[in-house]
Amino acid sequence: MTVIVNGRPADVDPGQTVAGLLAGLGHPPGGPGIAVALNGEVVPRSAWSTTHLDDNDRLEVLGASQGG
Amino acid sequence: MDDPLVIAGQGFTSRLVMGTGGAASLEALEQALVASGTEMTTVALRRTSPGARGSILDVLRRVGCRLLPNTAGCFTARDAVRTAKLAREAFDTDWIKLEVIGDDRTLLPDAVELRDAAETLVDVGFTVLAYTNDDPVLARHLAELGCAAVMPLGSPIGSGMGITNPYNLRIILEQATVPVILDAGVGTASDAAVAMELGCDGVLLASAVTRAQEPALMAEAMRKAVEAGRLAHRAGRIPRRLYAEASTPTEGVPDLTDRPAEGTRDPEGQPRQPDETVGRAG
Repeated sequence: MTVIVNGRPADVDPGQTVAGLLAGLGHPPGGPGIAVALNGEVVPRSAWSTTHLDDNDRLEVLGASQGG
Repeated sequence: MDDPLVIAGQGFTSRLVMGTGGAASLEALEQALVASGTEMTTVALRRTSPGARGSILDVLRRVGCRLLPNTAGCFTARDAVRTAKLAREAFDTDWIKLEVIGDDRTLLPDAVELRDAAETLVDVGFTVLAYTNDDPVLARHLAELGCAAVMPLGSPIGSGMGITNPYNLRIILEQATVPVILDAGVGTASDAAVAMELGCDGVLLASAVTRAQEPALMAEAMRKAVEAGRLAHRAGRIPRRLYAEASTPTEGVPDLTDRPAEGTRDPEGQPRQPDETVGRAG
């Protein structure tokens, strides 16, 4: 199935979790310094391993960047 | 720390809050942050990729700054609240620089959305430092609904025009019940000094340093300006007046007229010689 990660389509196995997806992208376990929104809603870090993705889910993976 | 800035019970020795936007490189940013002496620094939340080399978080850790995430780029209360919650997840802090912008061209705060977002975030336990217009009434509302600091603009973000309405700022300061931090518009060191002289509790700036030709040098100038302005404020300036007021005493000024005074001649009508009355020196 396909999900949209930071605006780009990505193929993932059905039932993939947020934690699994982040690991697949190469984020270190626990994802220090990052936050995840699934279809606009915050996914707390504690729920990353129990939140399963559906086809066409929209994920934002966010971290610190320079800003005023 | 004999004159700390205290926000929500947290003390800061430095009254200069630095933004990190606009720096040419992380190295230049780090040098500027160190030179500024800042203890709190804003960061934005943006899409990230795991492969990125070097992180702003590493820089801030090395410099030892407290992280102040912002909601830059949000146009609605809904987006600002979501961004604040994401920032809390990412950075483990409930402090947020709340920024809700009305349009791209002026980047001026949207008062209605800002107020709504501030209320929601305070209700769910955030420590809100609200970037606001230089509007005394809005600033009062933000403080009353529980913001930890109000941060009026001097002029639009990145404009470098300094404080365009010092009178509004004075009213905001006069009625302040929480720290007031001038945020946005500072162009050079004198702007920061003026803000502090007016009585601001701190200054937040980014572009003035990060886009200066020598960012670290300007950061040092800002540190000194904020310190000088604060000292001047505490010292209490003299009132402005239209005409001069001599600082040298007017008593004891010698009479250097080059002729004798009237009515001081001796009985023979001869002018009195100076050495008859005064004697020669020596």
